[in-house]
Amino acid sequence: MKSGRVWKYGENINTDVIFPGKYTYSVLDPEEMAGHALEDLDPDFAGSVQPGDVVVAGKNFGCGSSREQAAACLKFAGVQAVIAKSFARIFFRNAINQGLSVIKCPEAVDGISDDEKIAIDFSAGKILAGEKVFSFPPLPDSVIGLLEAGGLIPYTKKKLKGDI
Amino acid sequence: MGKTFAEKCLGHKAAKPVTAGEVVTISPDYLLSHDNSAAIIKEFHELGIPKVKDPKKIVIVLDHIVPAAAEKYAQYHKEIREFIAEQNISNFFDIHHGICHQVFCENGFALPGKLILGADSHTTSYGAFGAFSAGIGRSELASVWATDEIWLRVPETLKVEMSGKPQKGVFAKDIILKIIGDNGAGRANYMSVEFTGPAAADFSLASRIVLANMAAEMGAKNGYFSPDDTVFTWLNKRARENYEPVYSDSDAVYESVLVYDLSEIEPQVACPHTVDNVKPVSMLDGKAFHQALIGTCTNGREEDLEVAAFILKGKKVHPSVRVLVIPASRAEYLNAMRTGILESLSEAGCVILNPGCGPCLGAHQGVLASGEIALSTANRNFRGRMGSRDSEIYLASPATVAASALEGKITDPRKYL
Repeated sequence: MKSGRVWKYGENINTDVIFPGKYTYSVLDPEEMAGHALEDLDPDFAGSVQPGDVVVAGKNFGCGSSREQAAACLKFAGVQAVIAKSFARIFFRNAINQGLSVIKCPEAVDGISDDEKIAIDFSAGKILAGEKVFSFPPLPDSVIGLLEAGGLIPYTKKKLKGDI
Repeated sequence: MGKTFAEKCLGHKAAKPVTAGEVVTISPDYLLSHDNSAAIIKEFHELGIPKVKDPKKIVIVLDHIVPAAAEKYAQYHKEIREFIAEQNISNFFDIHHGICHQVFCENGFALPGKLILGADSHTTSYGAFGAFSAGIGRSELASVWATDEIWLRVPETLKVEMSGKPQKGVFAKDIILKIIGDNGAGRANYMSVEFTGPAAADFSLASRIVLANMAAEMGAKNGYFSPDDTVFTWLNKRARENYEPVYSDSDAVYESVLVYDLSEIEPQVACPHTVDNVKPVSMLDGKAFHQALIGTCTNGREEDLEVAAFILKGKKVHPSVRVLVIPASRAEYLNAMRTGILESLSEAGCVILNPGCGPCLGAHQGVLASGEIALSTANRNFRGRMGSRDSEIYLASPATVAASALEGKITDPRKYL
């Protein structure tokens, strides 16, 4: 179980502020992608984020473009999960396909503060924040399979080989 | 109990009756991508197989940064062309065709009842033709290139029932902005949106595309209009293959029904930095701006350029603003050239750019500096989208943008129509 600090943001955090459109057709390198994470939302984020940190936000996280870098840049920046009140549809798929954990848990979003240290127990479906514990429904097996494989591409690769 | 369009269309594909909430694994009809194909190709190569499963289903249009604005883009375009040759992909549209969504429609891929997936969020546009079309990500598209299948959750459906005749000066753009403003950017998240009611059939095909395109800005998985003679006539010489229209049952079950009398709607503007921050144009009258954009996959078709030319013909755009005009495709460009629309717009002082996405995504052809404000006919006004994170974007109809360009400040278009 990894712990990390919380980076808390508001509602309707869109893909353009997570990963600006001007980079979507030129930046494909993971490290370079991580360097632009949340650039237009919080210019301090990319320089300070540490492996295991958690992004916490309100409703409709990841709305807007289908650009997968919005999920990928957070993963490459070391973010272990995004906890939100709800997720935009394409972002949710992209996150799982990239192997980035996404947790829908409105109570946790209300109960966790920016900069707080939290830990996530994925198998038990629990978020631990000091004395507070928040539960979330464990992900379906199919999704866990994708996350464990490291995302959709490694998963499909195994499937094409007949390993799954 | 009846079924919605989404339930019936995805049920046909799955060859079994399905209801909202079920997950189906199905084979799509067409797969769209654009300049992002370079990234998709990279993912595809990681799968370790030499060939895509069905090249006939793949449609690639270069439109986002065309012609290549820097060496990096040129390199990616080159890699895409090489892949296309190597994989025998015949449905390739190089930089001279226009915006992918318009080119896809003009070339008869957007067909009633088809399942279309695109690595672009505005893939929802083809719902104007009665297709089920949804946006997906890059690795997902690479995976579908390889396997020819995808899992999809059958969505619940939100019905938007429209009646009444829009007032003069009120267009499809104003109507969808009003709906998004009233209901919020996440209202249709994960859902199918059916645009129905007596007024739905009155919309031109171009106007239906505006609504279906911007259904994505409510979070929708897909948008839908019942295909009718307007669609069938348009498809007459264009359809790539046979198609079977799919309609909702009259007793289908909906998540909710939103009711709109279009005659009550006035011109609308979406304010920075979210598409649901919508106000009537009267509340913004007089707001100064620096750059106008008329075009994009939302509003770059004949009826859009025509109303802009009607307002600007014989006049000059205000000296304090610059106006960019981008027809959605080469076909639209040629038409606007032949009918004199481009001549009127150019004489008025507009900059006519080549068909493509232009500055909508902030990569080239008119990006914004810090402190600058744009008034655009595009579908998104997210912070930093057109350039500096300290710029602002307002969204409106082509008529509102053209009228505002004349005055150098946001202006109600009704006095010019």
